[in-house]
Amino acid sequence: MSDVSRREFVSRGAVGGAGLLLAFTLPPARGPLAKFAALAGPGAAGLSPNAWLRLDADGGITVRIDSCEMGQGVQTSLPMILAEELDVDFAKIRCEFATMEAAYVSPKKGRRGTGGSNSIRSQFDLLRRTGAAGRAMLITAAAQRWGVAADECRTEPGVVVHPASGRRATYGELADAAGALPVPENPVLKDPKDFRIIGTRVPRLDTKLKVTGQAQFGIDVRVPGMLTAVVARCAACGGAVKSVDDAAAKKIPGVRAVVPIDGGVAVVADSLWPAKKGRDALVIEWDERAIKDVNSESIARSIHDAAASAGVVAHAVGYPAATPTMVEATYSLPYLAHATMEPMNCTAFVTADRCEIWAPTQGQSNAQATAMRLTGLPAEKITIHTTYLGGGFGRRSEADFVADAVQISRAVGAPVQVVWMREDDIRNDFYRPTHHHTIKVALDERGYPSSWTHHVVAPSVLARWFPQAVRNGVDGDAVSGLDDEFRYAVPNRRVTYAMLNVAVPVGWWRSVGESATTFVIESMIDEAAARHPYDPVEYRRQLLTANPRLLGVLNLAAEKAGWSTPAPAGRARGVALGTGFGSYVAQIAEVSVDRAKGDLRVHKVVCAVDCGQVVNPAIVEAQMESAIVYGLTAALKGEITVAGGKVQQSNFHDYQMLRMREMPVVETYIVPSRERPGGIGEPGTPPIAPAVANAIFAATGKRLRKLPIRAADLKA
Amino acid sequence: MTAITVTVNGTPRTVSVSPDTPLLWVLRDTLGLTGTKFGCGVAQCGACTVHVDGAPRRSCTTPVSAVAGRQITTIEGLSANGDHPLQRAWIAEEVPQCGYCQSGQLMTAAALLAKRPHPTDDEIDTAMSGTICRCGTYQRVRRAIHVAAGQEASHE
Repeated sequence: MSDVSRREFVSRGAVGGAGLLLAFTLPPARGPLAKFAALAGPGAAGLSPNAWLRLDADGGITVRIDSCEMGQGVQTSLPMILAEELDVDFAKIRCEFATMEAAYVSPKKGRRGTGGSNSIRSQFDLLRRTGAAGRAMLITAAAQRWGVAADECRTEPGVVVHPASGRRATYGELADAAGALPVPENPVLKDPKDFRIIGTRVPRLDTKLKVTGQAQFGIDVRVPGMLTAVVARCAACGGAVKSVDDAAAKKIPGVRAVVPIDGGVAVVADSLWPAKKGRDALVIEWDERAIKDVNSESIARSIHDAAASAGVVAHAVGYPAATPTMVEATYSLPYLAHATMEPMNCTAFVTADRCEIWAPTQGQSNAQATAMRLTGLPAEKITIHTTYLGGGFGRRSEADFVADAVQISRAVGAPVQVVWMREDDIRNDFYRPTHHHTIKVALDERGYPSSWTHHVVAPSVLARWFPQAVRNGVDGDAVSGLDDEFRYAVPNRRVTYAMLNVAVPVGWWRSVGESATTFVIESMIDEAAARHPYDPVEYRRQLLTANPRLLGVLNLAAEKAGWSTPAPAGRARGVALGTGFGSYVAQIAEVSVDRAKGDLRVHKVVCAVDCGQVVNPAIVEAQMESAIVYGLTAALKGEITVAGGKVQQSNFHDYQMLRMREMPVVETYIVPSRERPGGIGEPGTPPIAPAVANAIFAATGKRLRKLPIRAADLKA
Repeated sequence: MTAITVTVNGTPRTVSVSPDTPLLWVLRDTLGLTGTKFGCGVAQCGACTVHVDGAPRRSCTTPVSAVAGRQITTIEGLSANGDHPLQRAWIAEEVPQCGYCQSGQLMTAAALLAKRPHPTDDEIDTAMSGTICRCGTYQRVRRAIHVAAGQEASHE
């Protein structure tokens, strides 16, 4: 953020120890949606450092980062930014995850969490200034020691030098003296052309741990005296325990206790297997009256009604009017589960006056607030340790798994690790909302859109997370990309929204609202282009003259994919664009379709990304690959359905994932840029579904308006 | 509870557990070897893959009693110093993202290379398609297997 206030900036911390310690407070994490932070976010409330940089007299350099590592590479990329300005060898840096405790974070300070593809873009300036402040203090300490002017000194990695006299001192030698100096308010930053770490392919710090089985995920936490719990839960949509017969469960050797908790019954045992056997042996009568009529058909009827309603106006510009050539269509997308590879889990130890939590969490503040609510303890009595996350995708912004562990530990008076079985994970998610869109596009005499009328029906995630951000009944996330950030030049637009909240819980899912709206926008613009017909890339170019960065990625992808030359025999290409999270993405998918069998093969995806100043291009490429697979999995396979209030899918046999055999070749190209850094975790996900659907249209002439893409939809 | 002896990473270990306990939970909970991961519990995702007498096996659905007396290798025993050719290739190709599935990916790939030192893309796809990665590292996994096999990647 460019607007980090000085009071949030670095100060010499009071965390103890000699050496140079620069504590800094990161701007409040914005949750998955940066643009709503201003509405939801608290103001700055004095200095409350939650991350720091420490130089020890022995030369050690430790960076404690506030963001969690869930695969997106921040454990490497954030320290790179600091190392650049501090001027040290990256290999010398140690990186830790900040604990959440009162010494570091004031609960008034705001939410702490990782989401919204926000880590680098919110911390880039601050980390640079922190590194630069440290470097300036080390230079001042050296100049004072040598009795020379500071501006006669410069640094080499880890060393201050005075070229005129040839004197040198290592950062470690200077750390104590530097630590006693005032922190400069406006340290000089490097000219980006002098970057030697930022923009380079620094190897990730976590790779070795992750290829040797040593990385500690939440499920790997081992606390002395720890018990393990598995919970019997009702359906995803609610329901309550009416009665429990735990006699059989308690007879299983190793089972220690049976504990009722919110939404279920926990069996606590010496280790996981007896806990699971105990859980399976519980005989529970559930009260499902409130949810028994909730099913996919009834939800579809509600959607149908909402689609026919006027809704509320989310965005309006100009006056949409019909023309002789109208393109009208209806699109729909399903509920989706997150299915992180590491199932939900959490370890907690609650005593009368303390609560310690070890969690693979994206939402430390949410976890803390949950622990406070359940224990009655104040924030300063609660400590949260963040482990590595075996995937997050937004699911781990929630704190339901934390609530389990806190309740169970409190009940049994021992450290407890709760582990969700995969079935619990699939059936008890906060799902990506289902979406239903009705669009009417009026084309002018040349075949370009003169009006765009768009009605969105979708449940609201925002209504639960940031209800104050829902204005006049509009969930801005549900219509994201359709508002004033609409990518194409269409003079008259009207967007309406009908909030449809049913019993199925909804939550943030990698790329949030854009995961749905991009599919519709990019499919619909393809439909408009096909009416004339125009070439889909050229058509978009004509509508992007005011959007140079999006035009830039489109052109780069088209060039690299060989768009101007025919696809290989039997294959066809489709294009789609994505914006959001401060970045711009274009993807071109190359597919083949066997219409007789209903088989679809995605052979290749060419991806161009403009994410502003790149910190680590290798990580950007990996994130594009990852985002594409995540989106492609959903496009080809993802659908959560409900019957009798219960989610019908349960494990990877019926909620399937893309596998090696189906993996397309992914090529990523990065636009060189000195613009502000954009996010990379999410923006690669939305364009892949429409790119594939548009390629299928190019291959078959068949327009797919419903996800996931099923074999039956492909057959002639 | 029954005393069962298995040899894990070359060391005989006797555990006292219910004989139906899956090998996965004996490794993780009884022996403290947490490198082998729980993903699905029904042999659908491959995160729990270990070697039993050199062959890949889903430890989440393998009762420990079924492998009494057998040689078990886990990610912790794949190499002494994390320098198995596959581990080196994984590092060179920067395969892991979240990393949770990677023990299973590596153990599955190691079993493949032991049987087929120079696998084709199709053989890789066949061997590795049982091992899910939600971060989408498949293309790097494929490339790294080729690198470890001393081959250039050939896919497309």
